[in-house]
Parts: sequence; C-alpha cells; structure tokens
Amino acid sequence: MVEINDNDVAIVELGGVKKDISLALVEGVVVGDYVIVHVGFALTRLDPEEAARTLALMAEAGLMEPAA
Amino acid sequence: MKFIDEFRDGNVAQGIARAIAAAVSPARRYNFMEFCGGHTHAIARYGLPDLLPSEVRMIHGPGCPVCVLPIGRIDLAIKLALEDGVILCTYADTVRVPASGGLSLLRAKARGGDIRMVYAVSDALKVARDHPDREVVFFAIGFETTTPPTAVAILQAASEGLKNFSVLCCHVLTPAAIMNILDSPAVAEPGAVPLDGFVGPAHVSTVIGSRPYEGFAAQFHKPVVIAGFEPLDMMQAILMLVRQVNEGRAEVENEFSRAVTREGNVKAQKLVAEVFELRPSFEWRGLGEVPNSALRIRECYGEYDAERRYTLEYVKVEDNKACECGAILRGVKRPTDCKIFGTVCTPENPMGSCMVSSEGACAAHYTYGRYKDAAVAISSHAP
Ligand code: SF4
Repeated sequence: MVEINDNDVAIVELGGVKKDISLALVEGVVVGDYVIVHVGFALTRLDPEEAARTLALMAEAGLMEPAA
Repeated sequence: MKFIDEFRDGNVAQGIARAIAAAVSPARRYNFMEFCGGHTHAIARYGLPDLLPSEVRMIHGPGCPVCVLPIGRIDLAIKLALEDGVILCTYADTVRVPASGGLSLLRAKARGGDIRMVYAVSDALKVARDHPDREVVFFAIGFETTTPPTAVAILQAASEGLKNFSVLCCHVLTPAAIMNILDSPAVAEPGAVPLDGFVGPAHVSTVIGSRPYEGFAAQFHKPVVIAGFEPLDMMQAILMLVRQVNEGRAEVENEFSRAVTREGNVKAQKLVAEVFELRPSFEWRGLGEVPNSALRIRECYGEYDAERRYTLEYVKVEDNKACECGAILRGVKRPTDCKIFGTVCTPENPMGSCMVSSEGACAAHYTYGRYKDAAVAISSHAP
C-alpha cells in the first residue's frame, strides 16, 4: 500500500503495477501495510509476524522428518 | 513480491512433501476436499499432486463461484440485458458460461445486449453515474469475498441517491455448501465418497473467520485446515490434515494466520448484515436447492434489488446432459470422468461452467496439462 486518499481509496502496488483499491472494508490500515485485495477491495491486513511464524513452521516441517 | 515468493519456495515444498510422505500411514487413504476455487487452481498450476504421496488424494469442491451458478440465474441476467434493455455490468468470468438457448452473456452481447465487464462493483456505480438516462444492473455473484463489496456499493448508491442502479444478487454462503456436501448421501453413506478433511478457503475465511467451521468440524467429525493460496500454504495445510487424521482429531486449524482470525473481518460482516438477509433456498449447480445457502437484498434496500424491480422469476433449467459439472462440484467425479472433457468441451468452447473460469476444476486440469491422465483414461477405454 503506497498511498491513501480520502473516501477510503488507496493506491496499492502489485508487482510494480499501481492500482486503486477501496478501503471501505478494513480498519486502521496505514501506508506500508500489506493487504489482501479482491475485486478492488482490501479484505484484510497481512500480519508480518504471523507470516514469519508460518514460514518457520514450514521450514521446520522439512527438517524434522528425515527423507524417506 | 513480498509475502508471495517466500510461499512458493521449491526447496521448502520438497521438505514439506517429505514430511507428508513420512507422516502418512501406508495402510490408509487420505481424501481431502479443497473447497475453494483458488485452491483448485493452485493445485493444478503448481502440480501439487506430483508432490503428494499416493495415499493422499485431493477432491475438488464447489468453491468456484462461477461454476456453482445455475443456468437459470444466467438466463435472468441475459433477460435483463436483452428484454429490459438495461446496461448489465458483470465480472468477466461469468460472460462465457453457457446459458439456455445456446446463449451466454457474451453471445447476448453480440446480439446487441449492453453487457459490460467490470473489475469491481465500483466500476458499475460509475457506469450508472455516467448514464443517468439508463438503468444499470450489477450481476453480483460469488461467495463471502465479493458480498461485502456489493454491500458497500448498495449503501453508496443509497447515500448518493443513485436511482438507476440495482443488483441481481446471487451471493452464496460457503458454510452452507460444505454442510450440504457433508450431509449428502454420497458422503454420509458408508462406501460412498470418502472425505477425511477439508482445506478451508483463504479469502472467504479472511471475511468470515475460522469460527463458522467449528460447528461442522465437531458435528461431522471432519478436520478443517484453513490455508492460504500459495503452494506452500497448501502443502502445509495437507500436512496438518494428515496429522489430525492420524491422531483422530477433528479440529479447525488455521494455517493462514497471517490473514485469518477466528472472528474474521467484523466490519465487512456488519455491512453485509445491514444490506442482506438469508434467502430461504437457492439453487446451486451440482448441489440443487440448498436451504439457507444464499443471500438476498433486505426489503429496506428493495429499490436496489433487480429481482424486485423487474419482477424476475427464477426458472430452473437442466444442465447439458453430457456435462458432469454437477457430480464434479459434489466431489463425486473428476474432470477426466467426463466424456467430452478436452475434446468437445475446452476453455475456448466450454459446454459446462467448470470449464469457464480458471478456478473451475475442468479448466484448471485442462490449462495446466493435467489432462494427461485423460489421455490414459480414454485410450484404456477404447474399443
Ligand atoms: S469437461 Fe466440460 S462438459 Fe465435461 S464436466 Fe467439465 S465443464 Fe462439464
């Protein structure tokens, strides 16, 4: 998310492409947040800490069990 | 891209694949249904079946919004465009779905219907503002992810006093559909479609949260793991499901915790509840009439309801006889079980809804070359 205007409209960057999306469905997002966008609306904010935790679990899954 | 590339790392995928292979017990089978069309697409696109041990089988569920839309609903949209002369705004996926009389929205457009593809419902509002002399109807389809945007649009139209805008509401509910599958004789009877667990949808769950799944996980004793859209999310969720099955657990677990909470998006839920109410019954392609499985516009917003405005009557229309979409959407058949898959029916010339959207089971199999299993099936049945 790179910019927020009035009227709940924000500009997001998706792989280098900029796009207008509506923030009417989310609360308290700020510039720099990552959001999940669907049909032009931000549905939710991504939680970077939870993302890191999930990635750690995935990496661990591969280490725990020896190759069969 | 951040939060995407990390979740596509091939080495990590191999690691999780090894963990799944080590965790499965060779004596049993693991049949998991992915409910969400986005997951169906991801499974085909990344070739996940090749990474899974033979004990694990993925079954596609009825989570592709375009696929579950019955012919009769598309017919209503076509009627609005051709007979009532409205400007019909629709998401692009719906325009190629076959309807009655050899028509589709795309063909109706060729016949002079003013049908416009929009990316977002806000674009439909703009069309209405730009054409105050015309009636504009938005063909609203989809699960809990597209419903809140439609609610916002209706509230916006009401606050602007926009009089020439209405919505043909075909929004459907995920938990009702999962419930219907679990309750169907095809699953409930012994020896029928075995289902050992569900991969819960990603986007839908960001809105409704993980709580709505808790009831049926307990009632039907089926584990549910909500998963993100990336291949690693899917792999990790399958590993979590395998572990639950092994341990005899039937819990709701959340692999997609970076975006999904137990409560979901409360603001979106409130907006939806403000504008919509439960429909007593709605017909789904594949599932038939399912009670309390869809939404309609509340009476207080009735002037934005195209069904009221144009007194539309829903008429049930039988699917093309050769098409197996119904059975595929119930998880009873696979795309390759359909006799015309990849021959008569292709994404360029779809005969059924599952071949239309990239999230449809048939289209996903076709596009990502997984129809190589079809070739085998056909040759082995050749006379
Ligand atoms: S291949 Fe076509 S006709 Fe057959 S089930 Fe799929 S969509 Fe229907």
